[in-house]
Amino acid sequence: MNIPLRNPNLVMKLSRLGSFHQSKLSFLRSFLKEFKDWHYKRDLFELNEYGYGTAVYSFKKKNRVYSLICFANELDENERSDRVIATKWDTAFTLFDGVPAKQDIERLKNEVPKQEFGRLSYKELTLSRANKSVRVFNHVVESLSNGIQPDRELLAKVGYLYRTTAVYGSGKFGLADRFRIKNREEIYGPFRLEMMLVYLVRQFTFDQVNHVAKNKNPKKAVNLDPEICKSLGIGNSTGLGMAPFIVNHPTLLNNWIYAREISLKKIREIRNVNSQESNLFKDCLKKSIKNITSWNTESEYQIEKIKSLLKDLNQFILFLDSEFDFDQDYPFNEIYQYLEKNFGEECIEYVVSMMMEPYDSIVAPLIKKMSSEEDKYFNIPTERTVLELKTILENKYSEILNIDFTKKENNLNFWFISKNKEEPRLANRFDEDGSDLEQPLAIARDIKKLYETLSVSKNSSTIAKFLTSNSDLRHVVRRAFIVEKFPYSEIQDNTIGQEIVPIDMLRLKLSFFGALKFDPRSDKWLRICMFQGAPLPEQLKNYDEYWIYN
Amino acid sequence: MRSLSEIDTVSKRSSRAAGYSWGIAEEVGKNIRLLEIFSLPGIKNLNDFLNKKKDIKLENLSLITEQNHANNSQYCPIVAGVSFLDQVGALVNLNEIKFTNMSYPMLFLPFVSRASEIIGRRILLKIDEKEFLMNFNNNINSNFFSKEIIRTAKNVSINILDNEDSFNENEWKELYKLSEETFVEENESLKKSGAGAGLTDND
Repeated sequence: MNIPLRNPNLVMKLSRLGSFHQSKLSFLRSFLKEFKDWHYKRDLFELNEYGYGTAVYSFKKKNRVYSLICFANELDENERSDRVIATKWDTAFTLFDGVPAKQDIERLKNEVPKQEFGRLSYKELTLSRANKSVRVFNHVVESLSNGIQPDRELLAKVGYLYRTTAVYGSGKFGLADRFRIKNREEIYGPFRLEMMLVYLVRQFTFDQVNHVAKNKNPKKAVNLDPEICKSLGIGNSTGLGMAPFIVNHPTLLNNWIYAREISLKKIREIRNVNSQESNLFKDCLKKSIKNITSWNTESEYQIEKIKSLLKDLNQFILFLDSEFDFDQDYPFNEIYQYLEKNFGEECIEYVVSMMMEPYDSIVAPLIKKMSSEEDKYFNIPTERTVLELKTILENKYSEILNIDFTKKENNLNFWFISKNKEEPRLANRFDEDGSDLEQPLAIARDIKKLYETLSVSKNSSTIAKFLTSNSDLRHVVRRAFIVEKFPYSEIQDNTIGQEIVPIDMLRLKLSFFGALKFDPRSDKWLRICMFQGAPLPEQLKNYDEYWIYN
Repeated sequence: MRSLSEIDTVSKRSSRAAGYSWGIAEEVGKNIRLLEIFSLPGIKNLNDFLNKKKDIKLENLSLITEQNHANNSQYCPIVAGVSFLDQVGALVNLNEIKFTNMSYPMLFLPFVSRASEIIGRRILLKIDEKEFLMNFNNNINSNFFSKEIIRTAKNVSINILDNEDSFNENEWKELYKLSEETFVEENESLKKSGAGAGLTDND
């Protein structure tokens, strides 16, 4: 049976992309799998009694070493802010390529805490900072120093001791460019070094809290129970900075979605599913419900989505247990069709993620293909004709071509880069100044304009000729030829309309990171938790791959 | 040291700010990155050009021909470069393409380098007395090692070179003969058991 890939007009809609969940393809899970055999070590831990100072953690295999350098500084209560406009944080981190010399640590001590205003070098790979959840951190210190374990309920509610507010890589602020490291096999999956940083930061937060508690009451203090540590992750506050990323990296976006779609297609094409596979699928699905019931948010928007997801999933599980027969041919195809017919997008995509769990043989080879050599596709094939380009637009952007951008509601917003923090922002073009400096992120509108211009051009003209008088459309001409080759490289939606929910764009990216418990704090930023439930570094060698559901 | 990613981003944004379309600004970002990879003064030239651009009488060269003369003005290196890159497929059969009066020709150079990769041919670019041999965008051989800003060039010429060996047949034969010394002579029985042995070739 040949199941076609899902139509990009279905998958690449923002509401669908904003309903994606973590899966076996997610970067934090593939990171753990890749690094489970590496030698983990805490190389340096020089903190004072209050937990301020420097620490270094490393992963090593043969001659390759990655070292996380942590700087913990005292921070005034009034200076603590998760917003991107903050200039000071409780902790700052960089992932160093190799073993840092003393001079490196001294140099970085001055630069890393400054974050965007510091200068890094090609020796550093990623950069981040994190703030304490003060309430939780203090509670844990207080409890441990009194010889007791902290309140698990409080910890479960928050889910972390620290949350990061940005993780930078790929040449930002002088960090190593990707070309320097791209041939290393261990980092073939996207964002692997960013995942490593966050994972090691998580361990630092446990070591720091133990250290502070011990210093507070050396005689009585106990360490945080490793089981509690496992149940904690690292929080993250994420704003609009992530949204343009998925527009600006079309081939990378394609490769992420394509891996997911190929997985789904191959799983639907499995004729006979054995009981081990069907049981694993059902087991993961049922256990995962706890990740939904423990999903706390004050966002009405998200509460409604969670409610509906939970209702759909319970109904689906009932169907699986009471009606569904895995002995029939192509059972996962049957399941998928049933889902599309009966449930909402959030539930469909949730179950799609679950379907991958029994099929390591399908998913694992795809993980290595999720990076992209974007420069390969940068040149425009200018020998092609106007007619060919028009046909591409008609085939690949059929629904976008129906949007009427003369209507105010379809052209309401514009994306810009803020001057004070060089971060992407979204604003109403009719209320705010600055739309003349709009970023090229209104792809749907510009594609429509390209189509209209092509329609009054000579069909046999080459693109080279067309561009001599239409240079303002060059950026979308480039994209259209990319979309021709990469079906999932474009969001098939209007990114400047009245209806846009920017956090859908964030959720897409974060789901591929492997984040859980999306907690929208507005329509423009959200909090998430990463590595909650993940094995600790010392436990990696024999870890349970399905930890996320345990 | 600035990373290539920073160089690309800042070059792109500044080009947009100077009035180029986003699509052209993207090209400039990639180009300046390329110049800096090849240790050529990309940022220096772009910065100077964009700052002085308003005071230069620039001409946009949209359609490249064999002879391109900017008489009372100078060709914009970015627009001329984009045109060359886009039209190179149609220009490969010209012996020589000449430009007179080009502003900041160093900014034109990376377009030519990228064109060399696209057509799979080496290209010799002459900027007055300076010569640059573009090798498929993998590297550039040049007699120009200065980090100076070149504000204008009277004569710029492009020769798209035929794909030819850089050695003569004798030199090749000599070297091949030496390489044969790694081979082992097969005896009759080995020849008989080689691929296809025992089968008729006329089946």
